Amino acid sequence: MNINFTLIAQAIAFAVLIWFTVKFVWPPLLSAIETRQKEIADGLAAASEGRNALEVAAKKSEITLNEAKQKASEIIGQAEKRGSQIVEDAKGVAKAEGDRIIAGAKAEIEQEINRAKEGLRSQVSSLAVAGAEKILRKEINASAHSDMLAKLAAEL
Amino acid sequence: MATEHANSAEHGLTPSGYIEHHLSFNAHPVSEGAGFWTLHVDTFVMSVALGLIVMGLIWLVARKATAGVPSKGQAFVELIFNFVDDQVKNIFHGNRHSFIAPTALTVFLWVFAMNSMDFLPVDWVASIVAFFGGEHAKWRAVPTSDINTTFALALSVWILMIFFSVKVKGLGGFVHELFCAPFGSKIWVWPANFLFNLIEYVSKPLSHSLRLFGNMYAGEVIFLLLGLWAATGVSGTIFGAILGAGWSIFHILIVALQAFIFMMLTVVYLAMAHESH
Repeated sequence: MNINFTLIAQAIAFAVLIWFTVKFVWPPLLSAIETRQKEIADGLAAASEGRNALEVAAKKSEITLNEAKQKASEIIGQAEKRGSQIVEDAKGVAKAEGDRIIAGAKAEIEQEINRAKEGLRSQVSSLAVAGAEKILRKEINASAHSDMLAKLAAEL
Repeated sequence: MATEHANSAEHGLTPSGYIEHHLSFNAHPVSEGAGFWTLHVDTFVMSVALGLIVMGLIWLVARKATAGVPSKGQAFVELIFNFVDDQVKNIFHGNRHSFIAPTALTVFLWVFAMNSMDFLPVDWVASIVAFFGGEHAKWRAVPTSDINTTFALALSVWILMIFFSVKVKGLGGFVHELFCAPFGSKIWVWPANFLFNLIEYVSKPLSHSLRLFGNMYAGEVIFLLLGLWAATGVSGTIFGAILGAGWSIFHILIVALQAFIFMMLTVVYLAMAHESH
């Protein structure tokens, strides 16, 4: 237990060490740690922000998806309606066209019949005239009875 | 522990001579008068070397400290840094980074390193010193078992304590506190206050330094007493070595604990100096 000059020497050494630590050791460690803490805090904040943004985006996409689905079903409904309408229209047009063709055919048939009747009538009249001629050749003067024959032909 | 067996056997040392040899300082007078003007070269060299090594190693890491992913070395240093910083943060509520926290780090690491010299086998140290300095050269490896070291640290803290007290409260505030705390500012309690503060100011550095000194000195003496077992023969040497190992393991706790306590008291004293009463 002898106090001596060692005490002063040790105090000086202590002072120098404190100065060294205050000046050179503590500040770089402190700044490194504080910077890292700040970076971690920023990263965590960014992460939670990102999570929020993701939630908002998910909600938005759901809404958009629903809208699109609704629109699509609307479009499909309209298309179906329009399709059936087109089919209806086509049916009507086809029926009208068919009726027209049938009417045309009927008219033509009528015409043919008339023409045939006309032909037949003229043939029958000439046949009758020929028959009558054969029968009446001798007794009847053709020129004298032509008026009566013409009347007969007309009656046929 | 092993070599002292040879030492004591060959030279026929007495137990008291052995202990005395190991508890003597390598003292050199630094001026004519001797007495006070003596330097314990062993204490001084060991403490300065340890201070340079410990703070130098920390500095090497701190110099290249990065805010990114830390290296293993930096992670270790940051562990110590945060440990000290947390302790200071809980006690001192000011700008700790400008002085008090780095001082606490210095005290903790330096005292820890100096205490750790207790783990060096005392007779290995003696043998190395005897090899260089001759038979009767003396060398005490544990600077904190020198009362000069612990007093130097405690008195430095004491001076800082008064410095900060005056700096924060002004000279008037400091003197006012000497007379008006803790019992109040009535004039008839001034003497009691002053006496109280005087005792406090005297007891702080004493308890601060003697606690560390006592623990380290006692630890060293116990190592020496265990070393004496070697004088009884081979089985005694083995027995002594086992006991020495046990004491070493227990001493790890003391070394760390005393360094921690010394640091905490330093911080508490300096923090108290910043508070007004």
